[in-house]
Amino acid sequence: MTIKKALIDVASIYKFIIEFFKTTFSPPYEGREILNQCFAIGNKSLFLVTFTSFLAGIVFTKQSQPSLASFGAESWLPSLVSQAVVRSLGPLITGLICAGKLGSNMGAELGSMKVTEQIDAMEVSGTRPFSYLVVTRVVASTLMLPLLVIYADGVALMGSFIMVNSFSDSGFQLYINEVSTSITYLDVFSSMIKAALFGFAIGIISCYSGYNSDNGTIGVGKAANIAVVASMTFIFIIDLIMLQFLNLVR
Amino acid sequence: MVTLTTNHTTGVPSSLTKVVEIKNLKKSFNDRVVLNNVNLDLYERENLAVLGRSGSGKSVLIKCMVGLLRADEGDIQVLGYDVSSLSAKKLIELRLQVGFSFQGSALYDSMTVRQNLEFPLKRNLGIYDRDQLDEIVMTSLKEVGLERAIDQRPDELSGGMKKRIGIARTLILKPKIMLYDEPTSGLDPQTSEEINELILQVRDQYHTASIIITHDVSCARQVSDRVVALIDGESKLEGTFEELEAANDSNLKHFFNY
Repeated sequence: MTIKKALIDVASIYKFIIEFFKTTFSPPYEGREILNQCFAIGNKSLFLVTFTSFLAGIVFTKQSQPSLASFGAESWLPSLVSQAVVRSLGPLITGLICAGKLGSNMGAELGSMKVTEQIDAMEVSGTRPFSYLVVTRVVASTLMLPLLVIYADGVALMGSFIMVNSFSDSGFQLYINEVSTSITYLDVFSSMIKAALFGFAIGIISCYSGYNSDNGTIGVGKAANIAVVASMTFIFIIDLIMLQFLNLVR
Repeated sequence: MVTLTTNHTTGVPSSLTKVVEIKNLKKSFNDRVVLNNVNLDLYERENLAVLGRSGSGKSVLIKCMVGLLRADEGDIQVLGYDVSSLSAKKLIELRLQVGFSFQGSALYDSMTVRQNLEFPLKRNLGIYDRDQLDEIVMTSLKEVGLERAIDQRPDELSGGMKKRIGIARTLILKPKIMLYDEPTSGLDPQTSEEINELILQVRDQYHTASIIITHDVSCARQVSDRVVALIDGESKLEGTFEELEAANDSNLKHFFNY
């Protein structure tokens, strides 16, 4: 029974994704609402992304410093931190924060709209709720995650600089030079692609769980829960797949 | 179905044409048959009450009419459209002519009353001019007597106010048919009376044909030109309210012995 249900869920999420692409590329387009959603996503996540990235930069630098110092390679600290932040930490932290913050928000919001018949009300008034509610959120999260990741990388590197500066008293210009020489275009580009995939996964999973919720308030809670847990799981899966792929490219 | 009157349009002029025609409708959820052999006609400018107990499939019936649910068998003709075979585009075309007032009002709770009413205007009619939007929204709110609620959020409104705003949002697109799902459920008698009067006012002012889904006998009595009794998912009796009341049918006794 569980396997059957899992297969039905896979088929239904597959249909949901197909519906997403079909609706996204057919008029009328929802440019205005996509911008609203982009603003909402940026606005909701900015504080948490700033806070966590800054701390991550500090903590990672502080933890790496003794190991490098024991090999007399403390000067490599900016290089090590920048590669770790841009390649992995930045996208991962931003993805997980957004999965928690945006995923629960989308899942609960759409779930609540579903059980209170607001989605049906849109449907019967001739509005395409899938386009208005789902496409806009998924496109916005796909577009905004890379921007948030760039921002998070910057903030994490600032946090890291504070620690590097406290250890070695090196200047900001030197730090930036070391960071910029150790990061390649491939690092930045792959990080953006990864972030976009994270955003897409968060959007599609959260909207799917909300849009298909039932069972009243219990269903809404379940939708929010599935949105967060499944989004986080998929973030790690995507991260692993991207890592394998990039290792082949490098 | 037993027809208790020889004239289907009792209470409305006989020259009026059918706007809804449902034949042998059947709908099941898994193994549970919810609607079976439902037959129903609605004429223009007529208020038809569908009376039945909770769980008798009344809401499923009107959801099938607007394509929210797909019927298993039978024909549903609404304004000349065969609902079961409509393309997505045609379905939208039909839905723009049919207003649906939900049992729980279904107001968009992230929007104010103004935004709720503007939503269909912007989305369906492409009206974005501020003055024009304000004028249409205020006119609609005046018609339901709730101008003062324009900037309130749905969670600040009472049940009766929500119902009125829901009806106003539906009427803003000037539909030809109105479907009311339990318009008076959960309301006190006085507010129910006001909603009933509003339903009659809508018919007279907008010349709409309406189907009122209800288990509230006083609502059916007050607003209906004709009543169809839905018993165990089947349309069993049809006639004016007085005719149904006089029929002394065993299935309807619990409705009229109140």
